[in-house]
Amino acid sequence: MIEKKSINKNALIELFKKLRSQQWRIIAPVKTGEQITFREITDGADILEDYIQTTQSPKGVVFPPVEELFRYNIKKEGVELSEKENTVVPTLVFGLRPCDAAGIAPLNAVFIWDYKDSQFEERLANTYYMPISCSKTDESCFCTSVGGNPGDTRGSDILLTKLSTGEYLAEIITEKGKKIADLGTGLFGPEPTEAKEKNLAVVDRRFDAKELEQKLKTLFNNKIWLQQSLRCIGCGACAFVCPTCVCFDIQDEGRGNKGKRLRCWDSCGFSLFTLHTSGHNPREVQSQRWRQRVMHKFSYQPDRLQVVGCVGCGRCSRACPVDMNLSEHLTRIMEVQP
Amino acid sequence: MQELSNTVRQLLESGSVKVVIGYGEGTAGKVRPVFITDPRDADSLIFDIRCKQNLAVYVLKHEVKHLGKAAVVAPLFTLKTILQLAAENQLADGDIVILGIDDGGKLTEFSNLADVEAFVAPHDDLTADEKEKLDRIEKMSLDERWKYWQNELSRCFKCYACRAACPLCYCTRCTVDINQPQWIPVPSHDIGNLEWHVMRAMHLAGRCVNCGECARACPLDIPLNLLTQRLIRDISSQFNQRAGISAKAENALSTFKPDDKENFIR
Repeated sequence: MIEKKSINKNALIELFKKLRSQQWRIIAPVKTGEQITFREITDGADILEDYIQTTQSPKGVVFPPVEELFRYNIKKEGVELSEKENTVVPTLVFGLRPCDAAGIAPLNAVFIWDYKDSQFEERLANTYYMPISCSKTDESCFCTSVGGNPGDTRGSDILLTKLSTGEYLAEIITEKGKKIADLGTGLFGPEPTEAKEKNLAVVDRRFDAKELEQKLKTLFNNKIWLQQSLRCIGCGACAFVCPTCVCFDIQDEGRGNKGKRLRCWDSCGFSLFTLHTSGHNPREVQSQRWRQRVMHKFSYQPDRLQVVGCVGCGRCSRACPVDMNLSEHLTRIMEVQP
Repeated sequence: MQELSNTVRQLLESGSVKVVIGYGEGTAGKVRPVFITDPRDADSLIFDIRCKQNLAVYVLKHEVKHLGKAAVVAPLFTLKTILQLAAENQLADGDIVILGIDDGGKLTEFSNLADVEAFVAPHDDLTADEKEKLDRIEKMSLDERWKYWQNELSRCFKCYACRAACPLCYCTRCTVDINQPQWIPVPSHDIGNLEWHVMRAMHLAGRCVNCGECARACPLDIPLNLLTQRLIRDISSQFNQRAGISAKAENALSTFKPDDKENFIR
């Protein structure tokens, strides 16, 4: 049952102060050069509101670009392993967009699928999401085509929506959200009278993710993959700004017999991604890698994990140096005659 | 633009090329590379101030080569890249049709690389603005410069867009991808990022034609071309060598000469 309250900007700043006094971290979008980036903030006074989307997603809070898994020491009597020391602190991710909060589900689906990844789980358990609904959108956004919307509550602990009065509607959605509200007792006011919907951006629906899933099953050998990816240069920009891309690479870093094992982000766009030790590469050209990217997100993942691997945030389209626009490509795919 | 479309249409209709690599309208006000194979699509080609991508990167791409002989729309920086690729034996005279284009959209179809050499000869490697920015960084104290680069490179998440976008980063297996032995740390931590960017710049020393594609492609706005621009300066002053001006150049850092002034090499 969603509890509806209100909060204003000054009360939010007080809430952040209170959380920080209890050793919480607050991660929020800040301006770095020309870009908007998630960083730890110490003061709530510079809360950014006038932006559509950050360049990078907040994925790194629960799935860092580089992460130590354990340390090893090879001795005569065997290999000694030591777990990484626990350094997880309660973290509030503030001011993300509802699509990013919805992006937790696809990450979670992979990390707790067969083997439960304890480091990911522990981080997620200590991360609280407080997004702000979208009042603006651009042509890269397509959340409504993949089951979301600008005021989507999925994945949020507390969802804020800015109202014309300047205050926020606060929808307290989960137990974790309730915990934050309890820590901020007295800072939240009664439910505002203004309707949420009239403060949301309108995002046109370009395709239906369910229909796309079915369509993709017929297109494995279609020439569209080559046509669309001819301009793709095979970098990992799309995957690395993506809130739901989950692939990683394992690297050992050590000197002599001692070292650590690291988990690093990887991308299916790289030629090295599927290269076998034998020298054989089952995806030897970019068109096969592009097909895999689309198939994985919109066919295999919904089929096997019951969740679409995309939330329509549009970051990949904005970051791509050669204008591979994902919603445009998916719309074309829906028009293909198999 | 009509001149460009007409030329491209004729090239495709006559069968002298199978594909034309050029610029077309993209989404959100961006331009994108387009691959024209049908003469009827020639009108979709555009050229304006936004056309900054170095399309020479596609000349060596497997799937593009597979389409057959290509023509490429080439502003000055692409012309220089083509010369450098020829100097490094990646392209031979006549492999591609070169459609030189100046800032005003005026087209010059080059029949051979010698003509390209004559065309690029009067142009400086660095613009006045670029020189000024380099001077500013060089005037920083060692400590300031170190902090500047630490800050810039700390953002890098190693998507390798800089490498993928660079037409001169054409190795099929990059040093960073080799793990037996591992030369460069793979993770995008501070030392991994520093080593990658220093190595990338050093591998381009004396080869980079300053197209700016690495910085343009970077999704995190890291000014990577400052590193290669600095090396253009160093190679020019210390070896009197410039990249992208000759189809037969020897690269300063990878050419052995018995009469080298440095004696460590003998």
